[in-house]
Amino acid sequence: MDLVGHIAPLAFGLAAIGSGVGVGLIVGKTIESVARQPELAGRLQTLMWIGIAITEALCFIAIGVAFIPFPAP
Amino acid sequence: MSRTIQEKALLATILAPTRAASECPPGQFCGPSVDEYFPEAILFAGTPFELNRILLIRLLAVAVVILFLWLGTRSLKVVPTRGQVAVEFALDFVRKGIAIDTLGEKDGRRFMPLLFTIFFLTLGLNLTGTIPGLQIASTGLIGQPILLAVIAYVVFVYAGVRKFGAGGFLKNSLWLPGVPVFIKPIIAVLEFLSTFIVRPVTLTLRLTMNMVAGHMLLTLCFLATGFFFSLLLDGNAIGAIGAGTLLMGIAFTVLEIFVAGLQAYIFTILTAIYIQLALAESH
Repeated sequence: MDLVGHIAPLAFGLAAIGSGVGVGLIVGKTIESVARQPELAGRLQTLMWIGIAITEALCFIAIGVAFIPFPAP
Repeated sequence: MSRTIQEKALLATILAPTRAASECPPGQFCGPSVDEYFPEAILFAGTPFELNRILLIRLLAVAVVILFLWLGTRSLKVVPTRGQVAVEFALDFVRKGIAIDTLGEKDGRRFMPLLFTIFFLTLGLNLTGTIPGLQIASTGLIGQPILLAVIAYVVFVYAGVRKFGAGGFLKNSLWLPGVPVFIKPIIAVLEFLSTFIVRPVTLTLRLTMNMVAGHMLLTLCFLATGFFFSLLLDGNAIGAIGAGTLLMGIAFTVLEIFVAGLQAYIFTILTAIYIQLALAESH
């Protein structure tokens, strides 16, 4: 059986492992902190979104790489 | 002209098993492809002002955003009407939640027009991705996020250079205090990469790829629904799966509305944070 397709989705899958773990850590730690100090929830949430945005970027770079027109060998 | 055709062909091969709807053999399922971002021109074909479906949707979204803000703030009353409450909530969210929270009272007011513009433009353009009948977010075309990211880049560099001078700004952002002297050059190189190259690139890619991926998810769900229901009409019981894909499509639409707001928020708050970092004395 021949496998036909592009290898780029694989890059996305690999990148998604890392950012998935990263985003999970960030959200988990935020929930922990909010449970300890509920009065800081608003500020922590902002920080959480920023952290997620930066971690997630790796994932989107991986999708973006698929669209770079590399010259054919 | 041939350049764009070449690019289209390249993009089409990236999602290899998918084909444009017109080339789809009958009775077979064809998923969405990136071709949807390059539709036929509708107006002014062949001129530099060529407008296709996506650009018309973009113009429509901009008109709706302008109307929303204009009508919402035209006659402000002390006891607000329901529409005014909605507009005030949105404006206050950007003002308090993003500008003043990150930049402080003085600088927050200074950069507020920019942050307002970025937030409402991005939100308006993102939301067209979930409106039935329009169903495409023009922020998924990379030109729009690039423009906004370049503006954010120019503004935070300008803010830093204006406050500290070119040398001071570079020293502030690259030569970090509290780092051992012998690794300072390495850190400086890394900081240069992260500040002046990675920042605008990630701003652009985050928005574009979110919108492209969201569009692909939605179209996949709804195309599959159409395909399965046509099987059902032919008397094939397996078409009942279509009910599931329809539900998934609706669920992903709700998710995409959330993502549209979130991406507008993140783009704006990251711009605000980059300006704040450029203005900070030392970090």
